[in-house]
Amino acid sequence: MINATDSNGAADVPLIELCGVTKVYGTGAATMEALRGIDLRIYPGEFVAVMGPSGSGKSTCMNILGCLDTPTAGAYHFQGVEVGQLTRNQRALLRRHYLGFVFQGYNLLNRTSALENVELPLIYRGEVARTRHPRARQAMIAVGLGGWERHTPGELSGGQQQRVAIARAIVTQPIVLLADEPTGNLDSARSVEIMDLLTAFNRDQGITIVMVTHEPGMAAYAKRAVHFRDGLIDNDHSHKDNV
Amino acid sequence: MLGNALLLALRELRRNVMRSFLTMLGIIIGVAAVIILVTLGGGATKQVTEQISSLGSNLMMVSPGKRMGPGHASGAAPFKLADAEAIARDVPSLKAVAPTASSPMTAIFANENWSSTVTGTTEQYFTVSNRRIKEGRAFTQAEVRTGVANCVIGETVRTKLFGSQSPIGNKIRLNKVSCEVIGLLEAKGQSTMGTDQDDIILVPLRTFQRRIAGNEDVGLIQVSVKDGVSTDRVKLEIGRLMRIRRHLSANEDDNFNVMDLKEIIMMLSGTTRVLTGLLGAVAAVSLLVGGIGIMNIMLVSVTERTREIGTRLAIGALEREVLLQFLVEAVVLSSFGGVIGILLALGSSVALAGVLQVPFVFNAPIVLVGFLFSSAIGVVFGYFPARKAARLDPIEALRHE
Repeated sequence: MINATDSNGAADVPLIELCGVTKVYGTGAATMEALRGIDLRIYPGEFVAVMGPSGSGKSTCMNILGCLDTPTAGAYHFQGVEVGQLTRNQRALLRRHYLGFVFQGYNLLNRTSALENVELPLIYRGEVARTRHPRARQAMIAVGLGGWERHTPGELSGGQQQRVAIARAIVTQPIVLLADEPTGNLDSARSVEIMDLLTAFNRDQGITIVMVTHEPGMAAYAKRAVHFRDGLIDNDHSHKDNV
Repeated sequence: MLGNALLLALRELRRNVMRSFLTMLGIIIGVAAVIILVTLGGGATKQVTEQISSLGSNLMMVSPGKRMGPGHASGAAPFKLADAEAIARDVPSLKAVAPTASSPMTAIFANENWSSTVTGTTEQYFTVSNRRIKEGRAFTQAEVRTGVANCVIGETVRTKLFGSQSPIGNKIRLNKVSCEVIGLLEAKGQSTMGTDQDDIILVPLRTFQRRIAGNEDVGLIQVSVKDGVSTDRVKLEIGRLMRIRRHLSANEDDNFNVMDLKEIIMMLSGTTRVLTGLLGAVAAVSLLVGGIGIMNIMLVSVTERTREIGTRLAIGALEREVLLQFLVEAVVLSSFGGVIGILLALGSSVALAGVLQVPFVFNAPIVLVGFLFSSAIGVVFGYFPARKAARLDPIEALRHE
């Protein structure tokens, strides 16, 4: 799809490394193997699209990458740290400091101003109002919503809401941004705006992005596409997984 | 971390102002009810105590009958005048001793009649019961001894029989006895028990016994102790004397009762205190109901905000931070409700105290207890929903519709 252009000067050490990761749900006869031994390496600065039909294991994989879930077997190394060994709280701290999330349904707090939504991760980081407010404003400007700080999600369009959500994800300057069908609820014009925004953050701030999408058009913005099928990686159009 | 939780909780409550207020209402009403009842009860107790003290702090009452606990007595032989005289003679440190015998009776003057209480007593009664003459004079020791048919009446009796006229010199009829009114008592108003202390007709004891009651009985001996003398000691001495006079052997219980004012105050304020406690307990139940209301709303809120909790957990909120946020929400709701309840209670207590003519006594401990209790309710009833929120699986929560 996209030619290998070793652009962002990514290091040779993978940021994310999955080794033989499996995930089994349920017990006894009702077990369901969502992942059946995944190997995946993602390097700093990459923009990866994760594709595949429903039930292919891509959501499970995203949950593991996002440290929301742990593998049944195999290892997940994030920056060299074995995530499977961490406690629930340690994983929460890891998410707080290194990860950003963008969801299909935006997941903004309703009846809460855009600025307060963007501030939320900073509050959990313990930032005081004096530094919190300017940083949140800056993030709002970065997603092109300067001047909309006082508006609540109900007063914003879908595209604007998703941009607030992106502002919330990048306000902490995460290393990795995990986006789960960020354009799934948007029309094509808004989708293009969102993708342009994500591409810009990947390019200008070097934020590694892993994005689940159904639409090949959206996947085309990524530099690499990983296809899932039946709990395995089926096809990996990439330029640097053969290190 | 607590500051953050407070910030998040306040933002949350602001999102749902109406719901927050309605949730608080249970606590507001509960706290207000408890404080109003306890405050007014305290005022009533104070009033009772003050009124009894105004009778004269050295007053003691000797009544026939076995003691059955505060305020109860069983029947026994009545006293005679000689008993009162013996007390006056043999017990030192007494200011005055007044034997009394009373009976309800209709007083008639011209075309007017009025049902009142006639009390036969001695001239010492005026000293013992602390009553002054407003007009005319009291009966003398000589008149008491000879049993002259005259009387001293209270303000209420005068109003009913004589209107605004002066009663002095007129004759009223009690039963078949015609009595000359020689004095009018200074008004004293309602007593603690709600009886009218001015609805009274006093006649010399001998007159009462011979011409009205037709017996020699004395119902009650009122004793006034000199200032600075221990009532406990006097009480003991009266008791010893009466046991001898009533021929009680060592193994028999007293068949009379010596009560001093302290005991009467204790008895009456005990009654109001029990009543206050009872009403306060009923009000406390409404606080409990308010607490359950908070738990209910918090549980609804957790279910409703499952996705939001998932989002918070995903962006890095710790389990204990979510727990604390929901707990603080509940505590802010309940303690803020408590504060509103306290203000409401103080306002209405002042207003009600005016209407009920009870003194307003600010009761700091109950206000403090009200506040602490409401906060505690938030902790107790907020913990379970908060724990439920904190233990949510972020993946499940994010998927929740």
